[in-house]
Amino acid sequence: MNNKKIYLDHGATTKVNSDVLKEMIPWFSENYGNPSSIYSLGRQTKDAIENSRLIVADTLNSKASEIYFTSCGTESNNWALKGICNAYKKKGKHIISTNIEHHSILHTLKYLEKQGFEVTYVPVENNGIVLVENIKKAIRKDTILITVMFANNEIGTIQPIKAIGKIAKENDILFHTDAIQAVGTIDIDVNDLQVDLLSLSAHKFYGPKGVGALFIKRGVRIDNLLHGGAQEKTRRAATENIANIVGLAKALQIANKNMDKYVKHIKKLRDLAIKLVIEEIPETLINGDMNNRLPGNINFSFRYIEGEGLLLFLDMNQIFASSGSACTSGSLDPSHVLLAIGLPHEIAHGSLRLTFGWDNNEEDVYKVVKELKEIVKRLRDMSPLYNK
Amino acid sequence: MYTEKVMDHFSHPRNVGELENYNGVGEVGNAKCGDIMRIYLKIEDDIIKDVSFKTFGCGAAIATSSIATELIKDKHVDVALELTNKAVIEALDGLPPAKIHCSVLAEEAVKEAIADYKKKQGIIIETHNQCDDCCRTDE
Repeated sequence: MNNKKIYLDHGATTKVNSDVLKEMIPWFSENYGNPSSIYSLGRQTKDAIENSRLIVADTLNSKASEIYFTSCGTESNNWALKGICNAYKKKGKHIISTNIEHHSILHTLKYLEKQGFEVTYVPVENNGIVLVENIKKAIRKDTILITVMFANNEIGTIQPIKAIGKIAKENDILFHTDAIQAVGTIDIDVNDLQVDLLSLSAHKFYGPKGVGALFIKRGVRIDNLLHGGAQEKTRRAATENIANIVGLAKALQIANKNMDKYVKHIKKLRDLAIKLVIEEIPETLINGDMNNRLPGNINFSFRYIEGEGLLLFLDMNQIFASSGSACTSGSLDPSHVLLAIGLPHEIAHGSLRLTFGWDNNEEDVYKVVKELKEIVKRLRDMSPLYNK
Repeated sequence: MYTEKVMDHFSHPRNVGELENYNGVGEVGNAKCGDIMRIYLKIEDDIIKDVSFKTFGCGAAIATSSIATELIKDKHVDVALELTNKAVIEALDGLPPAKIHCSVLAEEAVKEAIADYKKKQGIIIETHNQCDDCCRTDE
C-alpha cells in the first residue's frame, strides 16, 4: 500500500522552504542581539530587519518605510481595521466590506460595530466575486474605510481590487486589502492597485508561522494596536522576531522569483483534479468562479454527504484536505462563504477544498481522485438523502 | 479528537442500509444542520429482530447511529426505549463536547422508530426531538 502523505491544504499553511529555514537559523542563537541595542550584536539584527523590509517593499513596489512587520496575518488585519477606525473616527464611522471575508476581518468588524462603527457587508455574486458597482453604491458621506480581501481563502475567488482601489481613491476613502491568500501566486503592486493598506502572512508562501506584515501607505494615520517601545517607527511595539522576519523576506523573495513556474505547476494539477473529479464523481458542484480564481485552489461540493466524514476517510489514506462543513468549523452552520454564494446548507456541508503546492504531482492527483471516488460512494450509500 | 471506538464504528459501521421488511422507521435531524439519522426496525413479538440505519452527517453521527443499532438489537422494544444518549456516549468511550448532539440524535432516532412501530399497533408514545430546533441562524 502506498502510504505517501499527500498534503492538499496549502491554503491552510505551507511547509517552510529549506533555503528559508537555513537563512533563519543564525538569528536564533548566533546573532541574537536586541535590534534596539547600540552594540554591534544588536546593530547586526537591526540591519537584518531593515534588509528584510527592503525585500518586502521591493516585491510589493512600495517604499521600505511603508512596510511594518507583525506577528501574523490576523494581527495585520486587526491592526489595519482597528488602527484606521480609531485614527479616523472623527471623520466618519462607516466601513464597507464583503460577506466572504476571513474571520480575522469579519470578527474585527463585529467588534468595531460594538464600538459604534457601522459596517455595510456587500454581498458577493453567486460566483463568489463582489461587483464594484455594489461597493460604489454602499459609499456614504461618512465612509472612512473599504476592506475587501484580495482572494478568498475557501473558494479562491479573486476580487476586483484595482477597480475598488480606483473608486476608493476617487471618493477619498482608505482602502485595505487582506492579501494573505494572494501573496505568492499573484504579482502585487500596491501603487498600481491604489491600496492604502495590505496584509500578508509568511506561512502561506513557504515562510514560517508567527510573522506577517502590513503595508501602510505613507501619509495614512493609524493608531497602535501594541503600545510600548519604539520599534517599527513607534507604530508597533515589541522586540522584533528577527529570525521570522528574515524568513518572511526570504520566502517572499523566493516566491516572487519562482512565481510563474509555481503558478503553472499548481494550476496544472488543480485543473487535472477538476477534470478527473467531474468525470468520475457524479452530482459534484464546483464552488466559485473558475476564471478569476487562485491557481492552486478548487472547492467541490458532493451532494448528499457531509464533509467531515470525507476528511476523516481521506486522512485514513494519508490525504490531508479541508472542508467548509459545520462539523469541521465547530459550529452548526457551514461556511459563511459557501452560504454567501447561495449554496443551500446541505450542499455547503458536503464541501471539500483542495489547495495544491510544490510537493504535489500528477500521481498524487490520480490517487486522490481514486480514493475520493470510493469515499464519496461509500458515504452516499450510507446517506438517507441519496436514493440511487 | 475521536476515540478508537468512534473511529471503528465510523470506518466500519454496523447495520448500514435499509431493511427489507421493516415495521418501524424513525428519522430525526435535518439537512440544514448537517445531520439526518434514519433507523429501520424489524420487530417480532416486541423484540427487535433486526435493525439498520442510514445517516447523513459527520463521523460522530455515523458512529453513534452504528453503536445505537448494536445496543438495541435483540432487545425488547420497551428496553430499547430506555436507551439514553449517555449510554451511546459510554459505549463509544466518549465523544468530543461539540459532538454530544450526535448521541442525542441517535437516542431520538431509536425512539422515533419504536414510536412508529407502536403507532401501527394503536399505541401513541410521546417523543420529543431536541434537534428539531437546534439550528442556529446566526453567530
